[in-house]
Amino acid sequence: MTSTDFTDPYATGDPMDAQEGTVYTAGGADWDAIADAQAERGDERIVVNMGPQHPSTHGVLRLVLEIDGESVTEARCGIGYLHTGIEKNMEFRTWTQGVTFCTRMDYLTPLYQEASYCLGVERLLDIEDDIPEKAKVIRVMMMELNRISSHLVCIATGGMEIGALTVMTIGFREREKVLDAFELITGLRMNHAYFRPGGLAQDLPDNALDHVKDLVAWLKKHLPEYAAFCNENPIFKRRLCDVGYMDLSTCLALGITGPPLRATGLDWDLRKKEPYSGYETYDFDVLTHSDADAYGRFIIRLEEMHESLKIVEQCIERLEKMNGDPIMVDDPKIAWPAQLALGPDGMGNSHDHLRHIMGESMEALIHHFKLVTEGFRVPAGQAYVPVESPRGELGAHIVSDGGTKPFRVHFRDPSFCNLQAMPAVAEGGMVADVVVAVASLDPVMGGVDR
Amino acid sequence: MSDDTNDKDRNEAKAEQVKDKVTDKPVEGKVDPDPKRGERGDLDSDDTSGELATPGQQSTVTVGEVRKGLFGVRGTGDTSGYGGLTRRVEWPGESHRPYGEGDLAWFDDVVDRLVELRPELGEPVVVVHRGELTLHIPREQLSPVAKLLRDDPQLRFEFCSGVSGVHYPSDTGRELHAVIHLVSMTHNRRIRVEVACPDSDPHIPSIVPTYPAADWHERETWDMFGIVFDGHPGLTRILMPDDWPGHPQRKDYPLGGVDVEYKGATIPPPDQRRSYN
Amino acid sequence: MGAEDKIPSGVMLTTVEGIFGYMRQASFWPATFGLACCAIEMMTFGAPRWDSGRWGQEVFRASPRQADLMIVAGRVSQKMAPVLRQIYDQMPNPKWVLAMGVCASSGGMFNNYAIVQGVDHVVPVDMYLPGCPPRPEMLIDAIFKLRQQVGGRPIGANEIAFNEQRERDALASVPTHEMKGLLR
Repeated sequence: MTSTDFTDPYATGDPMDAQEGTVYTAGGADWDAIADAQAERGDERIVVNMGPQHPSTHGVLRLVLEIDGESVTEARCGIGYLHTGIEKNMEFRTWTQGVTFCTRMDYLTPLYQEASYCLGVERLLDIEDDIPEKAKVIRVMMMELNRISSHLVCIATGGMEIGALTVMTIGFREREKVLDAFELITGLRMNHAYFRPGGLAQDLPDNALDHVKDLVAWLKKHLPEYAAFCNENPIFKRRLCDVGYMDLSTCLALGITGPPLRATGLDWDLRKKEPYSGYETYDFDVLTHSDADAYGRFIIRLEEMHESLKIVEQCIERLEKMNGDPIMVDDPKIAWPAQLALGPDGMGNSHDHLRHIMGESMEALIHHFKLVTEGFRVPAGQAYVPVESPRGELGAHIVSDGGTKPFRVHFRDPSFCNLQAMPAVAEGGMVADVVVAVASLDPVMGGVDR
Repeated sequence: MSDDTNDKDRNEAKAEQVKDKVTDKPVEGKVDPDPKRGERGDLDSDDTSGELATPGQQSTVTVGEVRKGLFGVRGTGDTSGYGGLTRRVEWPGESHRPYGEGDLAWFDDVVDRLVELRPELGEPVVVVHRGELTLHIPREQLSPVAKLLRDDPQLRFEFCSGVSGVHYPSDTGRELHAVIHLVSMTHNRRIRVEVACPDSDPHIPSIVPTYPAADWHERETWDMFGIVFDGHPGLTRILMPDDWPGHPQRKDYPLGGVDVEYKGATIPPPDQRRSYN
Repeated sequence: MGAEDKIPSGVMLTTVEGIFGYMRQASFWPATFGLACCAIEMMTFGAPRWDSGRWGQEVFRASPRQADLMIVAGRVSQKMAPVLRQIYDQMPNPKWVLAMGVCASSGGMFNNYAIVQGVDHVVPVDMYLPGCPPRPEMLIDAIFKLRQQVGGRPIGANEIAFNEQRERDALASVPTHEMKGLLR
C-alpha cells in the first residue's frame, strides 16, 4: 500500500497544499497501514492535529503539534470554536441586561465577569463611592467562593487528565457544596447574573450566612485532602514537576497573569495592587512559588483556596453585623431591578410597588415604564476596571456613548492571554506533557473565545 | 392610532434619515447652542450633559452623531409622538494640565516624560476621565512611543494587558480605534493608549515587536474590526472561521440573528427591533 | 392459540426486538461533546453527587467510534458546526443526539452571527433539553426519556425500513420556520 491511497477529503486541490506533505485522515482506516505508509516515506516529522474535540484539551481547543518521535518540536493553538459573539450581543441590550450576557463568558468564573463589568459601569456612572458596604462585602464573599469552585475544577480536571480520577471525583464533590451556597443566594448554580451595576440583584436569604458557615467548615475539613492526595504523590510530582516551565520574563512578555505569574515568584495580585470592592480591608496573603512549573501553579491554586476561605470568614463576620442594610445604590433609576419581591409565581414586582404605580402615582408609572423598557443612561466615556479572577487579570473595557446600551464592551480575558503561552510551555517537551502544560495554564474556552 | 398621525411621524422619520446621512460628520462646538433643545430632550438627557461637565479641566466633544427620536431603529414608524427628541452624543474631550492631582499626579509625570523623550509627538491629546488616563497617539508615532513606554525606567509600562477595537462610525476620518491598555508593574500604574485610523485606510503599526502579548489581541481586533496591524508576524483570523466574510463586531455589520417565533408572533433579532438609544 | 399455551408457567415471552431494545437502552455510551457551560453540568452528571454510574452510564467515550449517543452540551458556533457534523458522521449507527441546553436546542439568548441557531440545523436531534444550563437532574430525566425511545427501536430489516420511513417523513415534513402559531 502506498501513501497515495490516502486522500485528503478536505484538500482544496491547490498544488500548494500538496507541497506541505502527505495528509493522512484517520477516517476509519487501519492504523497499521498509515504507520507503514509513513515508515516507507522515511519522514519522521509528523504534524498532528489534536482537537477541537478532544477529551484532554479543556474544551474545544485545537492544538496543532509538530512532533518528532515523542517530542513536540512546534505547537500552535487554534481557537474560536466557541466564539459566541457575546460582546456584540451586549451592544443591543440595556446596561443591566449586559450582566446576563457577560456571566456566560467564562462559565467557571461567572461572578468575576459580572464584577468587572459592574465595576466599570459604576465607574462611568461615577457612583463608585455610593455602593453600599453590604453589597461590597457580599460581592467579595461570592467572588472568593467562586475562586474556590473554579480552582477546584482546575485541579479536578487537571487530575483527571493525568489519570488521577479520585482528584476529579472529590473536586466535584466540594464544588457541589459551593454551588449549593450559590444556588441558595443567587437562585442559580451557574451563570448567576447576581451582581448588578449599583449593587446586587437581591439580598442574602435568611439562612444564607449559616449555610456559608457550614460550607467553610466543610471546606476546611476537606481541602487538606487534596494536599494529602497530591502534594507528595510521586506519580503526580513526576508528571507535574519541571513541566511547562515559564519564567517571569516570558510571563511579562506574553501577558500572563494569575497563578502562572505568581508561580514565578512575583506577588502580582490585583486584589492587593489595585484593590476594588474593599479588598484592601481584608487580611490575606498573596501566595507565590519559586518553581515556575506546572507543580508550582498547582500548589498556588491549592493554597489560594485557603486564603479565600480566610476572606470568606471575614466577610461572614462583617455581614452578621449588617442585617437589613441596603444592597443597592440609593438611586431608584439604577436600582430598579432590585425592588423585586418573591411572589407565589416567582420573582416579580412587589405588591407595594404595583400598588404605587397602578393606584397612586402616574409619574411613578411613567418612570417604571421608562426604566423597564429603556433602562438607565450611562454617561459617555470609557472605563477599564480589572479584577483578579482565578485565572488572572480580567477586565472589561466598557465604552458608553451616553445611551441606555453599551456602545462597546470588550473583555480582556485571562484565559485568552494565558493560552498564548501554550507554544512556550509545550514546545520541546513530550507529547504527554502538552496536556499537563495546557492544564496548568487553566484556560476555559468560554472565556478564550467569548 | 389613525393613519394620519402615523404618516406624519413616518415622514419626519424619513426626513431625519436623509438628514442624518447628509450631516454625518463631526459637529463642532461643545455646548448645545439651542437651550430649548435640552428642555425638549427626553427625561434623562440633562443628566448626561450634567455628568459630563467634569470640574474645570475638561471640555466635552461632540463626535458626529446627533440622535433623534426615542427609538433606535430608523425608518420604522415611531408611534410615540416623541420624534422631536434630540440627543447629542458627547464624549469626554481633551483635558488640560494638571491632568491629575493627589494620587493621580503621576499622569503629568508620564505625559511630560513622554514628550521629553519624543519631541516629535508634540503635545499629545490627553483625556482624563473617571480617574483613567487616555493618551491619543497618532498612528505613525505608535511604534516608537510603545518602545519608549516599555523601556524608559521612569515610564516602564512593561505589561500590555490587551488591545481592544472600537468602531465609531460617526468619527469621520478616525472611524476605527485600537485601544491598548498598558500596565506598569514597577510603578503600579495603568494607562490607555488610543490609536485611530480611517476606515478607508485601516492600517495601524503592530506593537507585537514591543509587546508580544498583543499578538492574539491584534489578531482578534483584525478579525472583529478589520484593522490591519502592519508588522504583525501572522495577522490571520483567530475567532471566526478563516473564510468568514466581513468583520462582525463593526457597527455596520448586522447582529446576524434570525427571527424568532413565539406564540404565533414573530420577533426580529434585537438589532432590528424598535428600541431606545 | 399459540406457543404461549404450551410453555410452562414462569416463562415470559417477548420479541427479540424487545430484548434488543431493553439491552440497548441500558448500554448508552455517550461521546464527550462538551462545548460550554453545559459541559460542566454534564461532568457533574457523572460526578459523585448525581453519579450516572448508578445506572451504568458513566462511561463517556472519547472516541466517537465507540459511542452511540452524542450529548451536544453547549453553544455550537459556526466554526464548530463542521467539526460537530464530522464527529456525528464518525459515530456508528444506530446513534442518537441529545441537544443539551437552550443554546444547542435553539440558539437561545445568543441570536447572533456566531452561533448556529439550534444544532438540528447540522444533525438530527432526538431529544431537546432546555435550561441554561440544565441541572444534572434534568439531564438524567432527558436521558431516561431518550431510553424509552431507544427501547422501542426496531432491528434488522425493520430498522432499515424504519430509517427509510423516517428519512421520507423528514423530507416531507414542514420546516419549523414555516409552521405558524404552534404555541398558541
